[in-house]
Amino acid sequence: MNVAVDPVRYVAKNMRLDLRLIAEMIAPGSRVLDIGCGDGALIDYLFRTRGCDARGIEIDMAEVTRAVAHGLPVMQGDADVDLVQYPDAAFDCVVLSRTLQAVERPREVLRQMLRIGERAVVSFPNFGHWQVRWQLFARGRMPMTSVWDRPWHETPNIHPCTIRDFFALCAEEGYRIEHWLAVDEAGQRAPWRRFVSLANLFGEQALFQLRKAAP
Amino acid sequence: MDQAELPDIAHAHVAFDDGLTLECGVGLRRLTVAYRTYGQLNADRTNAVLVCHALTGDQYVAETHPLTGKPGWWEMVVGPGRPIDTERFFVICSNVLGGCMGTTGPRSPRDDTNEPDPPRWGTDFPPVTIRDMVRAQKRLIDHLGITRLFAVVGGSMGGMQVLEWAATYPDAVFAAVPIATAAYHSAQNIAFNEVGRQAIFADPDWLGGTYWAHGRVPARGLAVARMVAHITYLSEQALTRKFGRRLRGAQTAGLFDDTFEVESYLRHQGSSFVRRFDAASYLSITRATDYFDLAADHGGDLSAPFRDTRTRFCIVSFSSDWLYPTSESRAIARALNRAAANVSFVEIATDKGHDAFLLDEPDFHRTLSGFLAGCAVHAGLPE
Repeated sequence: MNVAVDPVRYVAKNMRLDLRLIAEMIAPGSRVLDIGCGDGALIDYLFRTRGCDARGIEIDMAEVTRAVAHGLPVMQGDADVDLVQYPDAAFDCVVLSRTLQAVERPREVLRQMLRIGERAVVSFPNFGHWQVRWQLFARGRMPMTSVWDRPWHETPNIHPCTIRDFFALCAEEGYRIEHWLAVDEAGQRAPWRRFVSLANLFGEQALFQLRKAAP
Repeated sequence: MDQAELPDIAHAHVAFDDGLTLECGVGLRRLTVAYRTYGQLNADRTNAVLVCHALTGDQYVAETHPLTGKPGWWEMVVGPGRPIDTERFFVICSNVLGGCMGTTGPRSPRDDTNEPDPPRWGTDFPPVTIRDMVRAQKRLIDHLGITRLFAVVGGSMGGMQVLEWAATYPDAVFAAVPIATAAYHSAQNIAFNEVGRQAIFADPDWLGGTYWAHGRVPARGLAVARMVAHITYLSEQALTRKFGRRLRGAQTAGLFDDTFEVESYLRHQGSSFVRRFDAASYLSITRATDYFDLAADHGGDLSAPFRDTRTRFCIVSFSSDWLYPTSESRAIARALNRAAANVSFVEIATDKGHDAFLLDEPDFHRTLSGFLAGCAVHAGLPE
């Protein structure tokens, strides 16, 4: 099986945690592309509960095979190279769930998402969380937490960012943030969600809904 | 290699007296399509699955072959409880145009003379294309009263027909599964086909293509063609695993006897092939695959024929297939992405090479049955 020797690019993730929150951001009947869809749990959920035309791209062939064997429209592909293939505005919503930090060119992936989709929903683990900061500050070592759980030399997460970093990138790129929230690992909304600095300290992961600013 | 001519046996078929005009411009006055079906067509006629066979396949997908007595070529995939479940789907498979199992081809009597007992077409059979094959299948589907196929499925040259079906009759194809195939024949594909054809031409029994009129068969040439092709269907790993450098036995008479096991295997493949296949058909069909270039037929853009398609695609490739490598399948998947089509794409990890689509590959079978089950939900087929 050459599946075993494929490089693991994306973090293993438990889709169930942020699945419901992401799904809430997606209008029923939308055309959705889920990038890094894993075994397709979200697209299955969106089709069954919201009647969406949801499709997925996943880099790990074993996950793709599992998804297709469950009747889900998933193709093996790489966010860094395959998004350019899609025509403009092919989707109402493009989802990137806990994958941004693992792609080669996150800025370009975001640009492609907002080219091929009207909206983008992006979730990522927050590198500004206090535990991460504390470990780096107190021990002077790369942090290892329940979210950032692999040593620096093994992690597929080559582009970690904080919630504030992401706000800054959106401003630079001219994206309108329609909705955002910070959640803890259990997917519960945190009460500090209206304060960026607090969210950046206490949110373990962040969820953003973006669209291009009107020209 | 003494070889009797391919016997003329009866195949279930339908004849169309209005013929078929081929892409080359020649009109066949009469078109015969030999086919087999499995399972029951439902009352709404919505559960039909067309299986397209590969270069040397035929319509006997899931039953004992009438000539060889061997099991159907895809019994692992088509049958009760199989990925293409004949308890759920009505499965149709027809012999391709140009074939030698009952559909109009080089072995058919010429229809361009008024002789009472016309000779066979032989090498004068007009050149056919993959699209001609598909148009002949469409006639059969119309004849069966089916307006939309639930799925069209095929591997290798069968996969080319699947692509052509989806491109030519998008509204007649709900789901398309091109397996281990490509949207065009590469120079390497054409090169291997050409070696096979030259082997047939070089056989003294070829007789300039008139072998059938003299009761002869260019068996050596056809066998060599099959041997070369068969190597391309396997992988180096598979050959090593099956044969390695093993010798057949302690005593070998001459330097060029079949000393190695792999040689004996290939000779067997060659000699059994000529008992069920016609040389002129082999030429006709290999030529059709060489001509195939779906993008070229649509202004050089492979996504063009799929624009606005509502067909759901599942593209399957095999990691060790070097005849139609994964890169060709990926090119198809990307073209479908450019058309914003609904596409699943899986590469199955295997060391069995191109032939893997015919063999026991559980991941492939799970993929196929899962995809069809998912499509059945979207098509509203009853459970």
